Amino acid sequence: MNYSRFIAAGLGVAITTTFVAATVVAGPVEDTLVIDDEIEIITRAPSSEGHPLPEVISGWHYRTDSTRAMEADSFANGGMLGVEQGAALWSTVEGSEGKSCESCHQDAATSMAGVGAIYPKWHEESGRPMNIELRINACRVDNMGAEPYKFDKGGQKPLTAFIKHQSLGEPVKVNLEEGEMQKWWEAGKELYYKRTGQLNLSCASCHELNNGKHIRADHLSQGNVNGFPTYRLKQGNLISLHNRFRGCIRDTRAEFPDAFSDDLMALEVYTTWRGQGLSVETPAVRQ
Amino acid sequence: MIRRLIVGCCAGLALSGIVVADGVAPDAVEIENLAIATPLTSTVGNAEEGKKIFANRKLGNCLACHANSDMADQLFHGEVGPSLDGAGTRWQPEILRTIVVNAKAIFPETVMPGFYSLDVGADVRKDLIGKTILSAQQVEDVVAYLETLK
Ligand code: HEC
Ligand code: HEC
Ligand code: HEC
Repeated sequence: MNYSRFIAAGLGVAITTTFVAATVVAGPVEDTLVIDDEIEIITRAPSSEGHPLPEVISGWHYRTDSTRAMEADSFANGGMLGVEQGAALWSTVEGSEGKSCESCHQDAATSMAGVGAIYPKWHEESGRPMNIELRINACRVDNMGAEPYKFDKGGQKPLTAFIKHQSLGEPVKVNLEEGEMQKWWEAGKELYYKRTGQLNLSCASCHELNNGKHIRADHLSQGNVNGFPTYRLKQGNLISLHNRFRGCIRDTRAEFPDAFSDDLMALEVYTTWRGQGLSVETPAVRQ
Repeated sequence: MIRRLIVGCCAGLALSGIVVADGVAPDAVEIENLAIATPLTSTVGNAEEGKKIFANRKLGNCLACHANSDMADQLFHGEVGPSLDGAGTRWQPEILRTIVVNAKAIFPETVMPGFYSLDVGADVRKDLIGKTILSAQQVEDVVAYLETLK
């Protein structure tokens, strides 16, 4: 390491900050994910055009051996309990119309196959992108005469996990051509690089510049969203994407936006695009 | 070694900043030639306190990003920044003070937070507006501790 650079800097010469970390950085683990010896999961993929990183890598590669093994076995995956709850909700009649999801959509294994892989998606009627959570609420209100779920409440997490799970293994793809999706992508990108809070960090500070490194005990991943809702061992529960976003923003010591606000929807569009090509892993297991 | 001499030569130019009871206000700290020559408070930094602040997740949390052999007893050391072994040999105290106060003054694009700076990110949590991560005295304590890392 040539520290004399900084002496030059001290004298007002241009500053170059090329630091070589002294520690050996672990990086993502070499491994392949096949769930129940059957469903092959794409956990590394070439990135979309315009992506700053050469390859997109699932958060699965950054977890410990035991956490990765849990995701490979649906009996060991605690998130599957939530998926089962979601399956029960699918067939539960609610609201003034006396209908369940199943009344209209029948077998989710058929009607919802591949759906979770292409959300968020432009929704003409509301003039904004819609994620699975908002889609469920729209059906509850418009088609069932039921109350919308409040954020993270009622059946929102299990039903979202159940629907996304019908796309397990499908590569994520978001359509930016429809409606004003491009604009939302741009707004999301701006937020991704915006430094927030007293700690003055952006999503990119951790997930782009430093993925593969440890921040204290946490092994930083690229922050991809293909596994949500994820099963977090720390909470022993399903964690929604917007909850994760809010947590990461809060950790910079900033005020954080509401779930499903324009800001977090834009961030969802943009981060989903960043992880395009990775398989849906819902419910992924994370620490 | 050369750096030590150079900093020594310029430090005398930067004897400014108003010392109030609990230290210079964060927006009054003067950085010259990358150095903050005058301690932020009149109480000499306490390295032992500094060591605690360094490890404390709610204060310095320096270990989140830096390895430090002096804390081999602590389980997890970060890798985001370089190891701080020998930091006290590499850097003059006046420069260490700048690094802790506002690392961006030396490494413009760094992800290292400014611990005594109001040059912060957007949407700062309401109760933290106008507040710094560390107090002036805590900065002095951390700098005193860094100086012991030979
Ligand atoms: C009365 C019939 C009806 C009921 C009951 C119903 N939906 Fe729907 N759902 C629809 C229709 C019609 C669409 C087509 C999209 C639209 O409204 O534009 C749809 C669309 C969807 C989509 C998007 C599919 C796609 O290809 O993009 C999802 C997901 C969905 N519904 C989930 C649910 C869930 C979960 C429930 C139960 C909470 C439910 N729906 C209840 C009629 C219904
Ligand atoms: C201070 C560092 C830091 C910042 C800043 C940060 N995160 Fe994270 N984030 C983490 C850590 C630590 C984890 C858990 C380990 C991992 O997957 O990286 C995480 C996890 C995630 C995950 C889950 C990844 C998975 O595989 O399940 C997503 C998604 C995410 N972050 C998105 C974001 C977004 C979007 C932002 C900006 C609004 C952001 N993060 C800002 C530290 C950070
Ligand atoms: C979010 C991560 C982060 C945190 C927290 C952090 N640093 Fe740093 N620090 C860095 C990075 C990255 C660098 C390398 C400078 C650059 O960005 O080029 C650095 C550089 C340094 C350096 C100069 C490197 C050298 O040669 O010794 C010192 C000294 C230092 N930090 C001390 C501290 C202290 C003391 C704390 C706690 C009060 C701290 N850092 C907290 C990320 C961090």
